[in-house]
Amino acid sequence: MTASPNQRAWKRLCKNRPAMVSALFLALIVVAACLVPVVSPHDAMHGSDAQFSPPGWQHWFGTDVHGRDLFTRVFAGTRVSLLVGAVGAAVSLVIGVCWGMVAGYVGGRLDGLMMRIVDVLYALPSIVFVIVLITTLEGLVKRWLGTVAPGFVPMARMLFLFVGLGAVSWLTMARIVRGQVLALRSRPFVLASQSLGAGHVRILFRHILPNVVGIVIVYLTLTVPAIILYESFLSYLGLGIQPPAASLGTLLAEGASQINPIRVLWWLIACPGLVLGLTLLALNFLGDGLRDAFDPRAD
Amino acid sequence: MILWSGLLVLTGCRPMPRADLVILNGPEIETLDPHVLTGQADGRVSGALFEGLTRFDPVSGRGVPGLAERWDVSPDGRLYTFHLRTNAAFSTGEPIRAEDFVWSWRHAVDPTTAADYSGFFFYVKGGKELVTGTSTNLSSLGIRALDPHTVEVELVNPTPFFVDLCAMRIMAVVPRWTVERLGDQWVRADPLPCSGAFELVAWLPNNRVRVRRNPRYWDAASVRPQVVDFLSSDSPSTALNLYLTGEVDVLIEKNLIPLELNDVLLKRPDFHTFSYLGTYFMRFNVTRKPFDDVRVRRAMSLVLDKWRIVERITKLGEKPASAVTPPGTGGYSPPPGLGHNLCVATNATDRAAALAANIAEAKRLLAEAGYPEGRGFPTFTYMFNAGGGGGSRTHEKIAVEFQAMLKEHLGIHMELRPVEWKTYLSEMSRLNYDVIRGSWVGDYQDPTTFLDCFLADSGNNRTGWKNARYDALLERAAGTADPAARAALLQEAETLLCRDEVPILPVFTYTGLYAYDPNRVGGIHPNLTDEHPASAMFLKR
Amino acid sequence: MRYFLRRLAFLVPLVWVIVTLAFFLVRVAPGGPFDRERKPASPAVERALAEKYHLDESLGSQYLRFLGLKWETGADGRWHRAPGGLLVGDLGLSLKYRNHTVTDIIRQGLPASLTLGLLAFGFAMGFGIPIGFSTAVRRGSWGDWIGSLLALVVICVPGFVLGPVLILVFGLQLGWFPVGLWGAPLQAVLPMAALGLFFGGRVARLMREGMTQSLQSEYIRTARAKGASELRVLLRHAFPTAVMPVVSYSGPMLADLLTGSFVVENIFQIPGIGVFMVNSSLSRDYTMVVGLVLLYAILLLVLNLLVDLAYGLLDPRVRYE
Repeated sequence: MTASPNQRAWKRLCKNRPAMVSALFLALIVVAACLVPVVSPHDAMHGSDAQFSPPGWQHWFGTDVHGRDLFTRVFAGTRVSLLVGAVGAAVSLVIGVCWGMVAGYVGGRLDGLMMRIVDVLYALPSIVFVIVLITTLEGLVKRWLGTVAPGFVPMARMLFLFVGLGAVSWLTMARIVRGQVLALRSRPFVLASQSLGAGHVRILFRHILPNVVGIVIVYLTLTVPAIILYESFLSYLGLGIQPPAASLGTLLAEGASQINPIRVLWWLIACPGLVLGLTLLALNFLGDGLRDAFDPRAD
Repeated sequence: MILWSGLLVLTGCRPMPRADLVILNGPEIETLDPHVLTGQADGRVSGALFEGLTRFDPVSGRGVPGLAERWDVSPDGRLYTFHLRTNAAFSTGEPIRAEDFVWSWRHAVDPTTAADYSGFFFYVKGGKELVTGTSTNLSSLGIRALDPHTVEVELVNPTPFFVDLCAMRIMAVVPRWTVERLGDQWVRADPLPCSGAFELVAWLPNNRVRVRRNPRYWDAASVRPQVVDFLSSDSPSTALNLYLTGEVDVLIEKNLIPLELNDVLLKRPDFHTFSYLGTYFMRFNVTRKPFDDVRVRRAMSLVLDKWRIVERITKLGEKPASAVTPPGTGGYSPPPGLGHNLCVATNATDRAAALAANIAEAKRLLAEAGYPEGRGFPTFTYMFNAGGGGGSRTHEKIAVEFQAMLKEHLGIHMELRPVEWKTYLSEMSRLNYDVIRGSWVGDYQDPTTFLDCFLADSGNNRTGWKNARYDALLERAAGTADPAARAALLQEAETLLCRDEVPILPVFTYTGLYAYDPNRVGGIHPNLTDEHPASAMFLKR
Repeated sequence: MRYFLRRLAFLVPLVWVIVTLAFFLVRVAPGGPFDRERKPASPAVERALAEKYHLDESLGSQYLRFLGLKWETGADGRWHRAPGGLLVGDLGLSLKYRNHTVTDIIRQGLPASLTLGLLAFGFAMGFGIPIGFSTAVRRGSWGDWIGSLLALVVICVPGFVLGPVLILVFGLQLGWFPVGLWGAPLQAVLPMAALGLFFGGRVARLMREGMTQSLQSEYIRTARAKGASELRVLLRHAFPTAVMPVVSYSGPMLADLLTGSFVVENIFQIPGIGVFMVNSSLSRDYTMVVGLVLLYAILLLVLNLLVDLAYGLLDPRVRYE
């Protein structure tokens, strides 16, 4: 029985223990992120009088300056971080794959132009781009959302993190995909379908796309942690998610300012740090496993 | 290891010898030019280098004889005659004469100098016309050199705090020949002619400014430190680390002490709090609905539990405020504003009772305005500036508390919108906000430094609130020489502002925090103007 | 060689496009360099300030002035080129630090950033290559596990957490190193580690990857079959090809390291240019942003070119069109 390359890759992945453990852990984190804020007796946004109480039975991860339950906040933050990471990566995926495929497939002058655009954006410090994007467009979009759908106004900052972070991380994706497509373009099966009169779009989506899926997935799992880290950096600069909501990044940035020799409110840094660290670790392991599995030489 | 040490040698890392006194001064210095500078950090360094007719007294923070050794005031309080010291000289040797002051002041009011703070010259005759550009004849400014050592200044109104004003950086004397030669870049002259207690040694961007004692300063004998470093940093934890490891002797920037540690640090003998002229408040945009309705503004003001803010967030013993002028500003006591009952309640039960009464009143006002229980109240945003790298995020914490209080007591939902500094300023100026954070730090010890902000034509108003009676009261106060009558007029104006109309919601008056070991460093005193000249500091042996 | 000359020539228009983009991008953001908490004393002062720095001119005119292609009637009434401009290498005054030119600030800050960047680069290589190498050679062992995990962990810790932790442990608790400032060799240790560890983790992963693949390849088996000693096989045959991914990564990595890191410079109070990259965008210091973007772009493009050159030298199989 011959299995398709993708099925074989899947089997290899199942044998990779660290990758499977990571996948399981990620699944758990996702479930926790969805459930904890809902079932927790505490509200992630509303404070109490119990300021800075250390972890205990009442508050498993302790409380913060407003007396908010950190356990609930960490998982609410995980939800935001994962969402930002996933959607940001998806944005980068769509732009990067389309860009790379078109450039690689069409080739010639268009390819040159498209790749030079990538070069230009690559050499523009992303932080400058993100700061300008967030500061300029946010006000405009908020006003527009306010008239169209007022309920979504609080989501505006998150929307910008999606778009902004996606917009700075599609470049590598585009380069990788273009390289793959360039190699595939001259392969016999593509030439064959071309001579059979198949349309370009059909060739791109039916023949070329399935062959780049492997590397794209691999790269995607590495993009998600990169974006989550980048978001935490923006939080450190004060450009992160809109309070009182929080991401793991904002919680961590808040915690990092507590590291000092006088008094360390350790739970403020340890709890979000541990969850973030383990999540990123798991994502990386999963990414590695996927890459090993999809490596064509392993066949 | 070899690579490492080799690299360090190659790039010429020559550590400077440690200064006698290292002061952590806060954000990076933008300019040292006393006429155009705006930041407090800039002012601290520039104040060490340049002096005016008067200088700030380290104890009281008020103007005391500087380059002028004494002065006479005319009976109507509008004519000041300053007598300069005969030994006044620049660090490069040139004597400082009355003509230098005349030239310096004209240079400062000249709009082409583009001095942001030239508004301080509005008190001098002809100053307002020159700064606003309605007159271009610089000799019309009310300052004259009677002889090389006598300066006569003519004022528009009797100004009780004029001697304090003369100590401001923008009133300092600058070296005319250097400014004429180098233009805006004159502070980069080497050597830089300085009129103050110190002269410039090195100015390294993003690193430090090093100054040394100016031997030609008239009071050089009483300046103790030989070399002083002003270090810049904008990260509170970094500043604290540098202080704790002894790299820094004095931590003088109050924003650079981690907020969360305030309660612990306050108990240490080397951390010192002091009150100064600063008020934290919120602005309502009265040009927007529903904040054009005074009942809404009052309802929102009444539910803010200011004690919770100062005791749980800022934690420095700040005093909850109902008026915008801090108590004791130039001997003036602010009138009770809206919600004053809460601010004066001393124990927990009184506070709870006052707050409950305020909340009941707020609910009634909101219902009267057409939003019973907050029903139908439109969604609005509260804008504040989000701190940069590693900042303590005080504004965010206060915003979160306020948001929760509004929700709980009035049932209205306030969105929070953190923006970075420049967006914050631009949106505030353009009145493109609903409610916004604000603060004001007074420049001199007089209530007008606060109350003038809310004049209809003030660029610092930024609420859209215009009140003819308020403007008229301040106008009348400016022309009143009798201190008691003047204070009464100012109180009437402030009552209008903070009790009746409330375009702003005062939260608390600031408390500053400094760190220095009293066994090692002396010469730093608490004062309302927050002026702590480096020339008065000394190391104890 | 022709290929590289052509690419070198192509750098100029590329840099021009990047700088132009940066020039207009920063001017789009709300607020301006002279917006402050207090309004200037009068509109006349505000106008004079804008005039002084030519912010009252149209965008096009400002752009021409920035390039150095602006012609205007001077004070003497004659038609002449406005002084300064990119073409004569003048980036103008910083709008925030008004007594320093952009070139001045970069010249003052670059040595610290360069030194720290190179140290961190050395640290990343010294940390990453041995770990990557040894974990690949002992694939599947405990050593591999620990090494790989270590490499991953340092990638997952943001610098703003790592920096304070290093300070707390090695600076304050143990007292081995200074907690900040710059100048003495010991002061470079903690920032070097804080900056280098992340990149070291990336290098270790790339190295492990490259080594694993290289060890599976045909010619290694041939070399082993010929009876070459294991050490010789690993170092002479496997290493050169295995290090290729690290080499290609070192271009962008060096560009990032050499232009300084906001987080590390902020935490350790290092007078570099990394803090300016973020702060100048936030404070709308237009000239400064453009100057730093120019620096970054040139560094990145030139380093990438050098990396490709190194590639060609290290691996004779690579041929450029």
